[in-house]
Amino acid sequence: MSIARANRLTPYLFLAPAGAVLAVALFYPICYMIYASFLDWNPSQRIGEADFIGLRNYTKLFSDAAFRESMWVTIKFSIVVVTIEMFLGVGLALLLDRNIRGMSVLRTLFILPMMIAPIVVGLMWRYMYHPTVGIFNRTLTDWGFDPIPWLADGDWAFASIVIADIWQWTPFIFILSLAALQSLPASAIEASRIDGASGWQQIIYIKLPLMLPVLIVTLLLRLIDSFKVLEVILVMTNGGPGLSTEILSIRINRTASEFRELGEAAAMSNLLLIVLLILTFAMFIYNKAQELRAQRMRAVEEEA
Amino acid sequence: MPEIRLQHLRKDYGALTVIEDLNLEMADGEFTVLVGPSGCGKSTTLRMIAGLEGVTGGEIVIGDRDVSQMEPKERDLAMVFQDYALYPHMNVAKNMSFALRLARMNKADIDKRVGEVAETLDLTAYLNRKPAELSGGQRQRVAMGRALVRDAGTFLFDEPLSNLDAKLRGQMRAELALMSQRIKKNMIYVTHDQVEAMTLGDKIVVMKFGEIMQAGTPEELYRSPANKFVAGFIGSPTMNFLNAELVDEAGTLSAKGDGFSIPLPDARKGALQAHRDRNIHLGIRPSSFAEGPGGLKMPVILSEYIGAQSVLISELGGQRVSIEINTVAPIRAGEEREFTVQGDEVHLFDPKTEAAL
Repeated sequence: MSIARANRLTPYLFLAPAGAVLAVALFYPICYMIYASFLDWNPSQRIGEADFIGLRNYTKLFSDAAFRESMWVTIKFSIVVVTIEMFLGVGLALLLDRNIRGMSVLRTLFILPMMIAPIVVGLMWRYMYHPTVGIFNRTLTDWGFDPIPWLADGDWAFASIVIADIWQWTPFIFILSLAALQSLPASAIEASRIDGASGWQQIIYIKLPLMLPVLIVTLLLRLIDSFKVLEVILVMTNGGPGLSTEILSIRINRTASEFRELGEAAAMSNLLLIVLLILTFAMFIYNKAQELRAQRMRAVEEEA
Repeated sequence: MPEIRLQHLRKDYGALTVIEDLNLEMADGEFTVLVGPSGCGKSTTLRMIAGLEGVTGGEIVIGDRDVSQMEPKERDLAMVFQDYALYPHMNVAKNMSFALRLARMNKADIDKRVGEVAETLDLTAYLNRKPAELSGGQRQRVAMGRALVRDAGTFLFDEPLSNLDAKLRGQMRAELALMSQRIKKNMIYVTHDQVEAMTLGDKIVVMKFGEIMQAGTPEELYRSPANKFVAGFIGSPTMNFLNAELVDEAGTLSAKGDGFSIPLPDARKGALQAHRDRNIHLGIRPSSFAEGPGGLKMPVILSEYIGAQSVLISELGGQRVSIEINTVAPIRAGEEREFTVQGDEVHLFDPKTEAAL
């Protein structure tokens, strides 16, 4: 074997272990899941014993009102939380992007919720939402208001999981936005002050447009994440009351463990996977487009 | 066009005092250059005038308004930044018209103004380009254009040419000089380059450690520097400094050093009497040397032939000296030549205070 050939192959040699792990941990389960989605499979059967039923799991899903409801809840949840989190996170970043004494402590505090394990977050909020001993209702009754059925009423329960998610994930957007803000060219912002921009005008015309690339990636990351959320809601409401907070991942979990329909659960997982793939692909396309633009600009610059 | 006055201006960063007590007046339509080595407070001063830095004490008066507590936009000024500070997401036309759009000027007027300025700066072809698609020189012109469309009372420049290569810098310097002649506004220009200062300024303010060392016309600063720092800072190649003693030789005061003695004109005798028989620093500009018989015999250690001129590195009394003379043919290193210096062209400084004598 020639040296040149050996050199060409070296990178693949180093990549091989990672490739092997990916194949075992990712590729194999996905294939398994895709195959399972074509089966009428009960957990008591071995996979070889299950009947092959083609696309019937999928057609069943689309006519299943509960699944459609769950899909709707998931989409509603994602859109609501990500929208509010984006506004709050970016807003906070704009507010706290200054040098005030103690700001670094404050920033660290803001980041804490994100670091707590999701199960713990779920438990914590469940206790706080508790109808009688929870801090919210105790405070409300102390002040003379009626207690709120936080987790007992469908609409309130949805609002409750939204609040918990916002509490936990706004910091993520906050940190990324703050990093984006602090890497903006200071002189462009100073120039806008000289040009007569007020604080708001600086934000709208200079800061937000310049932050946009980071904001778009953040948005997509958060969307992907919010479609996959499970533990916090599982602990808080387990999808109830009724189907009001039954997001897709809970539905999948129940279909597999409670309804014992492994094939159907696999089909659902595949649909969720497709949604996530579309989002991931959107992010990939966006990144690629940015790269191409940067490349084109560099080319023009070198020409000039 | 208002005059600008800085009165007892002070700037602290925490416990660090950058500028202690700065006083400066700039007349109507004057081109003032703040020049000095880095860290001398020139940029801080400019940024305080712009309103980008708060003042710790003192006043900035433009016309008859004390603007020191006002927002930048209330001060009626335009600024060109060292890194151009263009808005990366806006094209050239949008960059230039940003201030006008914020001021809600109507679109036809904006287009007209931007069009005119773009024309004078040769930018018409690039109006739809983003800053990233422009060369350094073009970006620099856009930054200039953005300031010009504003029609502000005062223009501030923060080292606007230092990011350009030498050739482009020369061109832009000439364009700037032309522009300042044409529009005759208050201009305050910060640079660390004394050539820029000399060629552009009506008035030059030399700063060091947050203090003004001397303010005056380029000629004043070159001909009669107030101290050794200004003498060494202004002029290129740099002034030579030699240790010498002021001695009375048969009724004529001379600056006498190791291997040389330069008689001083009688006109300076009165002022210098007090320093007789004391050590002084002697400053001689490289261009004050002239080649001629009967002068000091000096070796040519290094010869830099530039064409019409040569800069020679030589030695006088064990001290390095540079000499600038007109040349026809290159002078070779290793030769020994004779140079004369006129007594009325030398500068004398007090070795302790460094003030000119």
